[in-house]
This record gives sequence, C-alpha cells and structure tokens, in this order.
Amino acid sequence: MKTRLLGVAALALLAACSNTDQNASATGGGGAGTIRPGSQEDLVANVGDRVFFDFDSSVIRADQRPVLQRQAEWMGRYSDVRVQVEGHTDERGTREYNLALGQRRANSARDVLVASGVNGARISTISYGKDRPAALGSDEAAWAQNRRAVTVVQ
Amino acid sequence: MNPDSPFAPTRRLVLMGAGAGLVAPGIFATPLPASAQQPQGAVIDITRARTDPIPIAIPDLAGAGEGARVGRDIARVIQANLRNSGLFRPVDRQAFIQTAEAAAQTPRFQDWRVIGAQALVTGRVLEQGGGLRVEFRLWDVLPETQLQGTAFTAPAAQWRRIAHMISDVIYERLLGEKGYFDTQVVYVSETGPRDRRTRRLAIMDQDGENNRFLTDGRFAALTPRFHPTQRRIAFMSYQDRGQPRVVLFDLDSGSQQVLGNFPGMTLSPRFSPDGRSVVLSATRGGDANIYIVDLGSRRERQLTSGGGLDVSPCFSPDGSQIVFNSDRGGDQQLYVMDAGGGNVRRISFGRGRYATPVWSPRGDLIAFTRFGGGGGFAIGVMRPDGSGERILSEGWQMEGPTFAPNGRVLMFYRETRSDSRGGGYSSRIVSIDIAGFNERPIPTPTDATDPAWSPLLS
Repeated sequence: MKTRLLGVAALALLAACSNTDQNASATGGGGAGTIRPGSQEDLVANVGDRVFFDFDSSVIRADQRPVLQRQAEWMGRYSDVRVQVEGHTDERGTREYNLALGQRRANSARDVLVASGVNGARISTISYGKDRPAALGSDEAAWAQNRRAVTVVQ
Repeated sequence: MNPDSPFAPTRRLVLMGAGAGLVAPGIFATPLPASAQQPQGAVIDITRARTDPIPIAIPDLAGAGEGARVGRDIARVIQANLRNSGLFRPVDRQAFIQTAEAAAQTPRFQDWRVIGAQALVTGRVLEQGGGLRVEFRLWDVLPETQLQGTAFTAPAAQWRRIAHMISDVIYERLLGEKGYFDTQVVYVSETGPRDRRTRRLAIMDQDGENNRFLTDGRFAALTPRFHPTQRRIAFMSYQDRGQPRVVLFDLDSGSQQVLGNFPGMTLSPRFSPDGRSVVLSATRGGDANIYIVDLGSRRERQLTSGGGLDVSPCFSPDGSQIVFNSDRGGDQQLYVMDAGGGNVRRISFGRGRYATPVWSPRGDLIAFTRFGGGGGFAIGVMRPDGSGERILSEGWQMEGPTFAPNGRVLMFYRETRSDSRGGGYSSRIVSIDIAGFNERPIPTPTDATDPAWSPLLS
C-alpha cells in the first residue's frame, strides 16, 4: 500500500507540471502493461484517485483540492466516464457515526468535482465508514491514509 | 402479531403461574405440586452495586440412559448461566453428600445445609414418546421449602432451551426480577483480512451456543437489531450497489425487504418498543437526519433537521423519547428528544466524544460509547438526564453496547490494536453487568461485532 501511494504522489507531481495525456502514454509504454486512457488505472497513475481528510473532518484541505481539480479535468477529457466517490474514515470512532462521516466526505469531494465543471449526474457517492481501511495499522500514519475519499470509475 | 410467536410476552405468566401451557413452540410447562407453599419475593437486592453471590447447589438432574446424559447437560447449562451472571455461586460438586438420584426423590436438607448451599435445584429427565419430560424443583434449603416446581415436555432437541428457561425461573424466584437466559444475540460475524472483510449476520444463544449464520456474506451486513415481539430483525445491508439500506429480515422465512424510500443511505435502525415503527438515520447530501418509518403505512416522518450528522437513535422503553448521537455542537454528543422530534436537549457533558446510546429496557439508564478526550475507548452508563455517569469498561477500542432484556447486563464488542499488516487484530463480544463487574467474552466461531440482545423468548 505504501509503495502504491508513493507512486501516486510521484506521478501526481509529474501530472501537475506536464500534459497528462503524454504521461499516460509514457506510463503505458513504460513497462507494466498498457494503461487504457480513461480507466481507473489511468486515474490512479496519472491523476490521483483519492484525497485525504483531517480527523473527524469532511472539509477538503487546501493541499487536497488540486487532486480533485485534476480529477475534474480528467473527467472533462473522458466525458463518458462515470464515477462513484467512496467515503472512508479511520478506525477511531464508532461504526454508525463513521458511516455518516464517510458519506459526508464523499459528498464534499463530489461537491468540488461539480464546482469544477463535472455534471453531477456522472457522480454517485457511497460510504464504507471505517470498514474498508486502505492501511491496516492502528497508528496515526495508517489513520491518515484511511481518512479518504476515493474516486472509482464505474 | 403472530399468536404463536415465541416472543409473545404473555407466555411467561403461564410458566410462573398455576396453569399448564405452551411456553414456546413444542415446549409445554406444567406446575409440579409443592410440599409447602412459600411466600414469594426477592431474597436479595441486586440493585446495589455488588452483592454476595447466592450459594446454590445444582446436582445433575436424575435419569436413566439418555435421560441421565440430558440431565447432566441441563444441569451444566444452568450452572454456567447462574455462575456467569455473577449473582450466584454454584457449590462445588465434589462437596455434595446426597446423590442426585436421592435428592430428586426427597432432598435431605441437612446434607445441603452443611455444604453451604442456600438454594438447591433437583430434577429428573424422562424419555417420553420420542421427547423429553424434564421435572425441576427449586428448594430454599434453610426453611426446607419448595419455591418452584415445573415439568416441561418438549422434543429432545429442545433440552438446551429448557435449561435456559429453568435458569430464568431460578433467577426470578431468588432475585425477584426476570432473568435473561432464554434469549438470543444477533451479531455481525467477520472473517478475512481487515481491508476485505466478509461481514455476515449470525445468531446465537446468549451463552454463545447454537451459532447459525443468517446471510451468506455476498453483501456486507451491519448493525442488526431485534424486533421487540416478532421474529424479525432490522439491519443495514450493502445489497444495493447504489446505496446501503436498512433492510427488514424475517428470521423464519429468511425474506428481506428494503425499508422506506429514501434517496440516500439509511443506517442505524431501531424498532420502537411497540414494534410498529423503525427509527433510523438517512443521509441527504452530506447530512444525516433521523426519521421514523411506520411499518404499517410505510410512511416516513423526519424528526431532526439541520446540517449535522444525527445517527444511532434509540427509543426509551415507554416510547415517549428518543436518544441519539449528533455532532451538531461540534463533536459527537448524546441528545434526547421527544418521540415527535421536539424538545431536544444535550445530555452528555464529560470528556471526549459520546456515541451509540442505547436505552435500558428498565428505563433507568442509557449506555454509551465514549472515546477521545485523552483516553481510549470506554463503555459507560448515565441516567437519561445525563447525571450519574459511570464507566464500566475501558480499552483500546470498544463500542456498541446492547442491554439484556432485564437491563442488568450489557454486551458490547472489544477490538484489539493491530500492527501495520493488520496482525494482532481481533474483535470479540463481551458481557458485563451494569455495575461494571464480571466482564467475560462470549465465545463466537469468528471475529464478532455489533451484538444485539433479543427480548426474552418465553
């Protein structure tokens, strides 16, 4: 999980300073098989599929907003793509409240996508609360990775 | 309501009273004549924080062949129930002087008095037409009187159920209030790695026996709750790919039905005490509000509004009020409102965040989860006005209290901390009494979360 996230961060930096289409083809020719443009793999590798939140917060942090703006641009490029935004929380809370908090996070991410020009009909949301962690540890490093909204191509 | 429902509360009167009658499907109870009548009433007061457990002798029920084996098994179940309550101390069998067979004929009270028993259970198991006849008597050793005598006839497979019924009778006759042994617990069975868990509904007896899975795990199932009188539960299901929903589940037929017609996610269901409606939380956009759904008309009514997350509603046992969890004041706290949605007031004011409130069936306490504020997680109780807060158990992580039907015992689930690969993690259901004593794990075949205690079955 850690290596994957580092990879996302590195590619996100690349994407931020160059043309993402070129990145996509460059990555596709790079070795690990061809990444189909407009796919989840493309989103993960070249845009970033997730944003992170502070504890018990559903506010989109300033440092996370560019990820959603890039997602919106990417969705503008692949206009037939529909996504579901999954809201998640860390384990430090109760199940029912975290289901509602995850929903609120997914909704916050969705709102930024819509504000960035994506038609809301292309975005659904779902919450998994604390029940599908991305990182398995019981420490702050893991919790920070688990407080997230993940955009998933349908 | 189905008149044959094992949840029908009136059956219990038959078991305790003078007449013969059906106490559960296939189980008949008949009074056994007493040698002397004894005034009824509580022997000890268990409302105090801690009392000395009652010393009780529970020899095997006498019998021949298969009857002897069943008699031994029934006695062991009764003994475990009473010991686990923390309110009884079964006398060591090694000390017994009179044999079980002789005691079933006529107790020699001197033999039981000298080994310190205040109460004595005797009985006999007879094979009868493919079924069982289980005779049981409860004796008060010092005055040498019979407190209770009942004969049960039932299919042999029901022996465990009879043991729980006898345990409840003993509890009620000696403590003056109803027991909680003839009950079940529905919960979420969890298997697989933590990031890809399979979550299935499961049901078991309150002592962990007779475990049975209710769903197959293709869809995640969370937060099951019992109907107060019918064999139905409400839970949250991910069966609809669009949104997780509150679903009604019929325990006998297995049929499932999505409740309500909400645009967003529905979660945290609880039946009203009269069983006619379900209170739940429904999300719209980023908010979560509390609604009540009438099970007859299926009409929905919104009880809370505003920009917060309102979840985990639970009725008071008289149906007049609802306690719930909300972050409307900044972080999670407990609030009580009238059942119609008015007169909202905050009741939790201690350190940290408060969640998962459940109202005791006795009406006197609200149990909750507390966390943060510098500490770990804790399960506690407070009075419905928020006063008298007491912490019962603390640990790395725990939540989800549920009351036994007599309000004297809680179950909740306790999770352990995991390493970076998820190793070391476990979730276990435990029970504890409302004084905070006698915490013990309930055995389950898998990790277990979200316990919900049934009403008394008989």
